[in-house]
Amino acid sequence: MKSIVYVQLQGGKATKASLEAAAFAAQEGEAVAVVSGAIEGDGGLGAVGVRSVLHCAEELDFGQSARLVSAAVESEGSDTVVMAHDHSGRAVAPRVAVRLKAGLIASVTGRPSGETIKRNVFSGKATAEVSASSDRRVITTTPNAFGIGSNDGAPAEVKSFSSDVGDRRVQVVEAAKPSTGDRAPLPEAELVVSAGRGMKGPENWGIIEDLADALGATTACSRPVSDIGWRPHHEHVGQTGIAIRPNLYIAVGISGAIQHLAGVNNSKVIVVINTDPEAPFFKAADYGIVGDAFEVVPKLTAAILALD
Amino acid sequence: MEILVCISKSPDTTTKIGFTADGKSLDETGVQFIINPYDEWYALVRAIELVEKNGGSVTTVTVGEADCDPVIRKALAIGAHKAVRVNAVAADAAQVAGELAAVAKSGSYEAIFCGKETIDHNSGVVPGMLAEMLDLPLVTWVSSLEYDGDKPLMKRETVNGIETVTVDGPYVLSASKGMSEQRIPNMRGIMGARSKPLDVVEPCGAAAMTHVEGFALPPAKSGVKLVDADNPEELVRLLREEAKAI
Repeated sequence: MKSIVYVQLQGGKATKASLEAAAFAAQEGEAVAVVSGAIEGDGGLGAVGVRSVLHCAEELDFGQSARLVSAAVESEGSDTVVMAHDHSGRAVAPRVAVRLKAGLIASVTGRPSGETIKRNVFSGKATAEVSASSDRRVITTTPNAFGIGSNDGAPAEVKSFSSDVGDRRVQVVEAAKPSTGDRAPLPEAELVVSAGRGMKGPENWGIIEDLADALGATTACSRPVSDIGWRPHHEHVGQTGIAIRPNLYIAVGISGAIQHLAGVNNSKVIVVINTDPEAPFFKAADYGIVGDAFEVVPKLTAAILALD
Repeated sequence: MEILVCISKSPDTTTKIGFTADGKSLDETGVQFIINPYDEWYALVRAIELVEKNGGSVTTVTVGEADCDPVIRKALAIGAHKAVRVNAVAADAAQVAGELAAVAKSGSYEAIFCGKETIDHNSGVVPGMLAEMLDLPLVTWVSSLEYDGDKPLMKRETVNGIETVTVDGPYVLSASKGMSEQRIPNMRGIMGARSKPLDVVEPCGAAAMTHVEGFALPPAKSGVKLVDADNPEELVRLLREEAKAI
């Protein structure tokens, strides 16, 4: 596999999701990264095994980035394009696939096995083995599904690169404000503390925030809670919200409807805290506490803070 | 405003998923089909709201066989004005996008709305393919769309938070939660939907680029380990030493 990896930079460094994509490509063969905008050193890409970085100094929008990536594939003679299935990859990968007439296998959770790659379908209720019918293929990697690996590679060579990328067509009117504050964005979060209707009202979320702070986790919520406005929409995880796969998902006062489980059941470890021992969520959990969240959660927070 | 909304059929969100014995396709026994929630709740309803305010019409387009007609009629009952169905089995994102692009080119639309993904294959890449095929700007995961005169102002979800963007001229967007609220069709809408046009067109022959070799269900959890409510320290110990999650 000879890959071009499209990498998103933030503060001159590759984002976590992009590093995972770059490491995925490097572990499968030769990987060359394509970036645009300000870069610091090699953006941290050499460490995960990227050989060289093709750098366009102008910061491009996603449509332009797709043209840059396609040009890099032609000039490097690559057979594969890899990028993270985050907000950038969802916009860039399908355009690249159309330009290169390549099959796109999106949001994979497994490494290539012969011609096929595993991905989640039916919102995490099942998996599929998918193949591409083209010589070239485009792969997007699910955030937090792959590790970064050894992370001790030599610095990558950074080369200036440009091509005819056309005009910027999406104009930013107001720059992004982090919706999760200092916490990791939900799709990339390794630790998530989530709560539902069992919290009885939005004024009771303090103990959830405290637990999240103690762990360095991101907060999330169930659909009913976001629908009635107790919590913002972007916190809604589940089949019609965001699908996540953290290392640890703690669900407080969430019964575990099938639609909710669909979005979270790829979490590596699930902890459920619920007053109802019959809550369906316990069947999908690794660890559980049957008890009142208002008593259990503060004690749990204290126990975590007591760790060294 | 002339808005094209891409609608697909998906299993109801409460569906317990199972596959045929060969693992090649969904076992549809007892499965209820709905309009993909992102297509309906957000893309379709916002398009209808905009046309109600500014005039124009909403056309839906679906790639699928006649078994899609009930969900298309529902879209008409909610308030779409007309529907197009491309008479082909939806095979993969590239084929669907190719067929949708052909329908989009045959009309004159100011905007093309899609849901951010379908809840069956979850790729979320049809909007981007469509934008590339039509050479249009694309804005993904739009959680709010308002117009300032002719200028669409879209809030989109990025890894850095919510960003407000705009485009000139026709565009493609993919809708996420927040763009509008679910709308339940009323009796008048349901009756009216029967007489609204549903044009069936033959496919242009767009090719699929990927193939599902087989489906599988995830391994079942081995069972929950319960910890006493008075002893959260034990849970912390298990998470650290056994699960190595913290």
